[in-house]
Amino acid sequence: MAKEVSEKKEKSQYQGRIHQMQKDLMARWMAELEQAAENNEPTACLLVAGSNLAILLRCLGIHQVYPELNSLQLAIRKQSLPYIQIAEEKGYSTDVCSYVKADVGAFFSGNMSSLGTKLPKPTLVLSCFSGCNVYIKWFEHIAAYTGAPLYVIDVPFIRSGEGPCPEDIDYVVSQLKEVIEICEKMSGKKLDYDQLRESLVLAREMERSWLEIKELTKNIPSPYDDYFDCITLMGPLVAYRGTPEGVEFFHTALKEFEERVRLGIGPIPKERFRMVVESAPPYPYFRTFRDLFTRWGACAVGATYTTPQPPEFLHDPERPLESLAEYPIQIFTNRGLVQRYQLLEKYVRERSADALIIHSVKSCRLFSVGHGDMREYFSKKLYIPTLMLESDLEDPRYFSEAQMRNRVDAFFEVLEHKKYLAGKTIESHAT
Amino acid sequence: MDFESLIAQCREMIDNPLHPEVLSWKEKTGGKAVGYFPVYSPLEIVYANGMLPVGIMGGGNKLDVERADSYFGSFVCSIVKSTTELALRGDLKYLDGIFFHSICDAARNLSFVFKRNFSPQLFVEYIHFPQNPSSPSAVKYLVSELERVRKKLEEVNGRPMTEENLKQSIHAYNENRRLMQNLYRIKAEAPHLLSTPEAYLLTSVGNWLPPEDHSMILRAALEEVPKRKIRPRDKIRVVLEGSFCEQPPLELLEVVDEAGCYIVDDDLLLGRRWYEEEIPLDGNPVHSLAESYINRARYSSVSHDWRRPRSQRLVERVKQSGATAVVFCIAKFCEPALLDYPLFKDVLEREGIPHVSLEFEEKMWTFETLKTSVETFVESILFD
Repeated sequence: MAKEVSEKKEKSQYQGRIHQMQKDLMARWMAELEQAAENNEPTACLLVAGSNLAILLRCLGIHQVYPELNSLQLAIRKQSLPYIQIAEEKGYSTDVCSYVKADVGAFFSGNMSSLGTKLPKPTLVLSCFSGCNVYIKWFEHIAAYTGAPLYVIDVPFIRSGEGPCPEDIDYVVSQLKEVIEICEKMSGKKLDYDQLRESLVLAREMERSWLEIKELTKNIPSPYDDYFDCITLMGPLVAYRGTPEGVEFFHTALKEFEERVRLGIGPIPKERFRMVVESAPPYPYFRTFRDLFTRWGACAVGATYTTPQPPEFLHDPERPLESLAEYPIQIFTNRGLVQRYQLLEKYVRERSADALIIHSVKSCRLFSVGHGDMREYFSKKLYIPTLMLESDLEDPRYFSEAQMRNRVDAFFEVLEHKKYLAGKTIESHAT
Repeated sequence: MDFESLIAQCREMIDNPLHPEVLSWKEKTGGKAVGYFPVYSPLEIVYANGMLPVGIMGGGNKLDVERADSYFGSFVCSIVKSTTELALRGDLKYLDGIFFHSICDAARNLSFVFKRNFSPQLFVEYIHFPQNPSSPSAVKYLVSELERVRKKLEEVNGRPMTEENLKQSIHAYNENRRLMQNLYRIKAEAPHLLSTPEAYLLTSVGNWLPPEDHSMILRAALEEVPKRKIRPRDKIRVVLEGSFCEQPPLELLEVVDEAGCYIVDDDLLLGRRWYEEEIPLDGNPVHSLAESYINRARYSSVSHDWRRPRSQRLVERVKQSGATAVVFCIAKFCEPALLDYPLFKDVLEREGIPHVSLEFEEKMWTFETLKTSVETFVESILFD
């Protein structure tokens, strides 16, 4: 039977060279944004789902700010609640996305980042929403509050068959052409298609490394945690796509992780369970949440949230606009639940996972509506042990550590027992 | 038939969850019945294919949600759960298919829960409506989407739809919408003659009837309403906003009325009244439908038209209907309505238009607290 879990917290995460590189890159990016704010340089608000458009914007000399990343940073640094409350005082319901509320609250508190740096006021609000209807509203509000023009790139949802209809791609390409025209007027710079192609070559190179890195989690032990560590890797992916710095970062990361595979090193001393995770983490309790799994020796080997790159997708420099259009259409948030089930099942099977962990977040209906059905499907149809937890990605008021811990512990105790009965080797806990 | 008997007939139809009128239509015509979730659905194309479009507007407050809760989180609106419960109970067996639309994340995910659990017995289609009508390419895109829907229906039916079929169907719905508009005109001009609960009953029976049959009921009502002998009362005129998807219980509408409000305009069952102008019948009818969606649709929290912001259109609607205030009546957990509220609130405050916000769930059955809120609001305006 399972031994009692040690009370001593095992705090582990990957801390290699790239950890520092990532910090430096993101600090540089924030400094550039602060500079842009001071100089009133053209800046566009973007979303992570459509963050590949940064490649295009960079060619046009336009900076990018990501309100989502700002909300994320506010939560992880435990600064989100006062901003959420400011938004609620302005009429935002307790039941709407708290990412939106934290961002709105921060805007009305001086438009500061979590690091205390000034964020530039956007000169264009560009919503490429990829399946999240709240993103449409959020950017509409930003435009209303800042007075900046709004352009919503309508991204048709993948709704018939496995991929987009050709008409969907044409539609997004037409809209991209309109965006280019707006940006050219804004920055006074004509788009150089050769420069765009070169940037796409760099983006493709970076994406190749990213996809290779993701495949490394098939190894036992996995060289890094595909949920908690991979979230950190997503920063440079979003901010430096299509740049030599981005390529260098992911080349370095790939080499480091391959070396760890060769040496058989994982992010926790002993990988005892391999899990696939669905949905966003509770950022205000990110460390606490991670520790709930670390103490059981559980490592994430796959996650939907850390699949911002459409699986098997690479930008094609020979089809620049089509390729830029296909990315936000093909991303998993723009696909139905059934396709998300297929992605999760693929991760469980290919990466030899023991369980699926669903973290259902109140803020995000895109992720969470249907999670009960997902649990039913994975546990009763596919016989994959599944745990569903509920809290929020931004609002600390919805996180109950004791309750969450009880559920995680109970789940892994049963899982351990099942493994034991299945004749698998059970190793003792380090006490 | 006098007005009261007409209303009684509508109430009876709404109260019967088995909707025998759909079954009898299917028996009579041999056609299929296709459900549609709120808000707008291209009913014209469904009907032109010889199928009966059936509005699935949730389970009301008499349905016990027993099993559907486990399919969704605790923070999901009632209509998503009650619609699933209806399907799990077998209460949607009279449907051959169902359409969902790009109105919100919850409804979109619901369509895939339906697909996994109830197809292939029920064909499930998801329609993506354009969210960027200011793009010149939006009409072309929507034509392709409507053509996809058309092909799907033809495939299910095993026979093609002709252009003439579609024109006839558009004509029937144009007429149906015109009659509903007339009903709403009375509500605005002489609200004492037609209460919102009554107008709601008359409109909602159209969810289970072919447009021509519904239009007959509307014509009868339009003839009878002016004959009613009801004296106007000292009430404030309000616009009701926020109930475009999940529908508030009829009792809630009665409570707002009793608390001293004439609801002179609302967005209840908005999809049935999506166009205030007729869809043109000249030219390619699929193109006409698409072009009307882009250029002639009502504003709503689930469709976005950057050329004319919704907050501006709400103010216009308040002014046009001669209302003095807005009552927000928003379903719990409805993100499109809840997220529109702060911008609506800002503009109403700038314009000096008083407003009150009510939150409801379709399964609610006590209304005293809401009544007190509305009464206090009304008094604050009447005795200001």
